[in-house]
Amino acid sequence: MIEHYLREYEVAAADGGATAPGWFRSLQADAIELFRASGFPGPKDEEWRFTPIAPLVRATFRPAGSATPVGLTDLEPFLFGRLDWPRLVLVDGRFSPELSQLPSIAGLAIANLASVVKSGDGDLASDLAEASGRTVTPFASLNAALGMDGTVLRLASDSVMEEPVHLVHVTTPGSDGTVTHPRLLVVIGERARAQVIESYVGLGSEGCYWTNVVCDVRLSRGAWVEHTRIQRESESAYHTGVTEIRQEADSHYRSFSFAIGGAIARHDLRSRLGGSGAEALLYGLYFGRGDQLVDNHTTIFHDQPDCRSWEVYKGILTDRAHGVFNGKIIVQPIAQKTDAKQTNRALLLSDTAKIDTKPQLEIFADDVKCTHGATVGNLDPLARFYLTSRGIPDRVAGELLTYAFAAEVLNEISAEPVRTVLDRLIHGRLASDRLEAHDAR
Amino acid sequence: MAPLLEIIDLRASVGDKPILKGVDLVVNRGEVHAIMGPNGSGKSTLVQAISGHPAYTITGGSIRFDGVDIGEIPPEERAQAGIFLAFQYPVEIPGVTNAYFLRAAYNEMRKARGLEEMDPIDFIDLLEEKLKLVEWGPEIMRRAVNAGFSGGEKKRNEILQMAVLEPKLALLDETDSGLDIDALRIVAKGVNALKRPDNAYVVVTHYQRLLDHIIPDIVHVLADGQLIKTGGKELAFELEARGYEWLTGTPERV
Repeated sequence: MIEHYLREYEVAAADGGATAPGWFRSLQADAIELFRASGFPGPKDEEWRFTPIAPLVRATFRPAGSATPVGLTDLEPFLFGRLDWPRLVLVDGRFSPELSQLPSIAGLAIANLASVVKSGDGDLASDLAEASGRTVTPFASLNAALGMDGTVLRLASDSVMEEPVHLVHVTTPGSDGTVTHPRLLVVIGERARAQVIESYVGLGSEGCYWTNVVCDVRLSRGAWVEHTRIQRESESAYHTGVTEIRQEADSHYRSFSFAIGGAIARHDLRSRLGGSGAEALLYGLYFGRGDQLVDNHTTIFHDQPDCRSWEVYKGILTDRAHGVFNGKIIVQPIAQKTDAKQTNRALLLSDTAKIDTKPQLEIFADDVKCTHGATVGNLDPLARFYLTSRGIPDRVAGELLTYAFAAEVLNEISAEPVRTVLDRLIHGRLASDRLEAHDAR
Repeated sequence: MAPLLEIIDLRASVGDKPILKGVDLVVNRGEVHAIMGPNGSGKSTLVQAISGHPAYTITGGSIRFDGVDIGEIPPEERAQAGIFLAFQYPVEIPGVTNAYFLRAAYNEMRKARGLEEMDPIDFIDLLEEKLKLVEWGPEIMRRAVNAGFSGGEKKRNEILQMAVLEPKLALLDETDSGLDIDALRIVAKGVNALKRPDNAYVVVTHYQRLLDHIIPDIVHVLADGQLIKTGGKELAFELEARGYEWLTGTPERV
């Protein structure tokens, strides 16, 4: 149903779009043409072969309307650390100054995208133009064409942020049938250090809405970034996201991608190691139950020599949930001394859960160290017996081993308050799965 | 009073393959039994079947513990009743700390006896005393269960668990295998310290070495799924000197 979105674009362009500057409108116009040409991906598209998105494509989502009022108390369960930690909140796709907390921090410039577009940040035009020049999916094109707000975060060279900045995306109850297209741009200067948390939260547990996000992260020479992405949409929602990371020499990027929500949730993470000595550590943890479809596509481009990438993705799937993992590592001829390791593991806790997993190593250099490993299976019966032989009931043993499987990745989050909240979230999820299984019996 | 453990004509198999072919064994409180025998004779199977290992199917006979038939009950209930198996190959569980695991197990035991769970602070006190027994400091509790432990550390961890859970019947499955002399001493010291008139040990071993440290009251020889000889501790010395061939009539497979 691409016509629906083409019409939405026409309406928006004729309407509010008139107030946006010309360069921005022309980016939107280019993007909608790309989308018109590509349409939505179909089952024959290699990148979407295992990801049946027909329900999302068939539906016609309208732009999110005026938000249901949200107070800080509604938001609190989804925040980390202290309330005065910096955060930028978008409610139903629009910036909420009341809920945001934007203290002045040396070297940090953070604002919502719409206001930056209006006020005319000198670099924004070129940054966004560059980003849309390499649009990776039709969803990203749609985001560029229809997106209205988001976050622009810049950290000056040699600045160090002591506390994480949280970019919160909330969808309110009563947003059924609506879509938001948040656009994030994070630019970290030379030798600067930042922690960024990116959250997607559905406040109604059953809302059927769509979040379609694009996030660009740039690390200048020697920059250090820890990026935590937490996708906890409603389990009836759709989530499509692209994260595009570009790293200069000697930069260090560490990502943790956590996905627990969404009826269909797809995340494309593309990391480009564009300067020697750059390092990317990518961790992922996802959960699926009911009929959830959770898809992670990652691509690591080793474009320069002496770079290191380390990737661990783990999934826990039960009921009829379907996981997809595709991990590409592309090593260019010039990228000698590349050190790349990819691991993906999935735990299938029911006979009807399934995973399609595909490592894809394309190596064009000869002096490299690249490995990958994939395991799919159930809990180890011997470990289960070990625990039960110590008096631990079988269901608790199963839960403990499942938790342990997740904890190995979870423990890689260095921010303790984030780890604690996710830890609780995982325990809650495992316990509710157990109760449901009990009810079903 | 019924014997602590009473096994009558026990038969067990893995898949279609019979391993135990009619074992009779009575263990009373206060006794230490050693079960020796050639490789593949069924020693490990016997103790694993007692603790409820799911890989084995009981095809005949019975196991009574404290007067109750436990053949059909799940492993956790056997453990709660007071049976402990020290594994030959303790399982690594990355992601769960030793502290969490031990407290979870300890509290399940308490719950099964209708007692309140012990809070973390009191549990630390309890642990401190048990750790001394295996000559460990508290830092071991922060490590994941057996993950990256040396062979000796894993066996010491088994003894630590045993010390915390205080079973009525401890089954030690080749606890001496892969131990250097120092670790062997620590393990034996732990076992001896935990010996009481109301508990019992069944020690499975291939060699007499462990029995220098843990002195058995009764020694059994298991061969091809049956107990073929029972004697006092001197039987262990005889086996050490003469091997198993004079009893089994076949050269031992190595």
